[in-house]
Amino acid sequence: MYVAVKGGERAIENAHRLLAHRRRGDQSVPEVTLDQISEQLGLAVDRVMSEGSLYDRELASLAIKQARGDLIEAIFLVRAFRATMPRFGASEPVDTGAMRVQRRVSSTFKDIPGGQILGPTFDYTHRLLDPSLARGFVPEAPATTEASTALTPRVTDILGRDGLIESSPQAEDGAGVGDLTREPLNFPADRDLRLQNLARGDEGFLLAMGYSTQRGYGRNHPFAGEIRFGEVEVEFVAEDAGFAVPLGSIELTECQMVNQFKGSATEAPCFTRGYGLAFGQSERKTMSMALVDRALRARELGEEVRAPAQDEEFVMSHSDNVQATGFVEHLKLPHYVDFQSELGLLRKLRQEFADAQAPDAMKEAAE
Amino acid sequence: MTQHNDQQAQRKAAMAVLAQAEAGEIAARLRNFALPDHQDLRTPENGLVMLRGRAGGDGAPFNLGEATVSRAAVRLASGEVGFGYTLGRDGEKARLIALCDALVQSRDFGGAVERDVIAPLREQLMTRRTQAAAETAATKVDFYTMVRGEG
Repeated sequence: MYVAVKGGERAIENAHRLLAHRRRGDQSVPEVTLDQISEQLGLAVDRVMSEGSLYDRELASLAIKQARGDLIEAIFLVRAFRATMPRFGASEPVDTGAMRVQRRVSSTFKDIPGGQILGPTFDYTHRLLDPSLARGFVPEAPATTEASTALTPRVTDILGRDGLIESSPQAEDGAGVGDLTREPLNFPADRDLRLQNLARGDEGFLLAMGYSTQRGYGRNHPFAGEIRFGEVEVEFVAEDAGFAVPLGSIELTECQMVNQFKGSATEAPCFTRGYGLAFGQSERKTMSMALVDRALRARELGEEVRAPAQDEEFVMSHSDNVQATGFVEHLKLPHYVDFQSELGLLRKLRQEFADAQAPDAMKEAAE
Repeated sequence: MTQHNDQQAQRKAAMAVLAQAEAGEIAARLRNFALPDHQDLRTPENGLVMLRGRAGGDGAPFNLGEATVSRAAVRLASGEVGFGYTLGRDGEKARLIALCDALVQSRDFGGAVERDVIAPLREQLMTRRTQAAAETAATKVDFYTMVRGEG
């Protein structure tokens, strides 16, 4: 247990002053601006927005700067900020099928309507450090080709037309949308809450959990049916205006995993699916999320729950890096009273042990 | 009713363009405009909107995460009330969108605001999107599956 202690105010103040100085670093080096962070460390900003659960590039950039690049600290700052703002309501669900796609790949079909579009990707790079970036670098203008006007339907929608994949469960009439920022989490949790939890979950945790399913701990035989990244429009039903007003657009990444098929006496076999969605360009996150979403559907799909990734209480209770870091890092705070009582108990036990040994020792000495 | 729907569609289309513009760009377009008297009905206010997705892209909705949103409302002296909503925390932009929304509804100013403010901003937006789409299109690939040799 942590017990409040008094004193140390001066030391704390000076420590924070020192932190501000260290954060700035060598003052002969130019200070980094929020625009520079947003433009040149864009994927870090995307991650802080996703796991901070707040879409605002400028605030995420500020948080990264303030946290000296510690992304979990930055996520913590963003979460704390969002708690200070009033909520106007909830948006209409975004339509990822109408995304202005900047990247879209499928590992299941090479010829998909709208085509395979690589976009800005690390894929197929050689992962060799590029010394030219160390010197100041002016990139070539991007190549351009006239864009086709063909639509880019979701791959799962195409499979769905032939009944080869299960359809997405629809909401029951009048069913609300669960919100774990408003109500405490109870288990078993429905898929809306699971997806919300995974969407703000730690990328590293989800990566490890997703990886564990591939290695056999709750195997579900996944294919990346489609990964798409681009802009979608957001609309919000504004009560004062009396209709759904456009708010602008946001960047999202979506991953549709196509998984092992399932059938029963009454239903023809079809592929099952897992889903990932996150702010910005967050492919590793959405792929991991989709693997874990599928694993967590074990109960509803009648699979035996044996592996950690299939255990919703385990996954959902440990996915949040702000909660996790809070509990792990609180161990740093003064626990003097706790420790003193443990120390007292240990000394007593050691004394009892020594007393119990003593007669034996004397006996041995006599022999 | 149809007229009402037409006007609503027109307001939405204008808002969709304005939400994508910078406050400075909207203000610059309005500078050459003989604005009628107007007042703030709701001074700009920042808050959050919970963004929703759908399971599988087309299934039941779920809460994805929040976004910052700024909103405002403006009333023209002639009575039209406009609403401004935009992602982000730029209250001035929300106020300018609300002003434009009020002007769009005005019989005297609707045509002019469409011509001098909305249409040029829409064109600018379309140019940006066409450029981005052309850059994306250049990265479209064909994966060839190697044909296995006979026997």
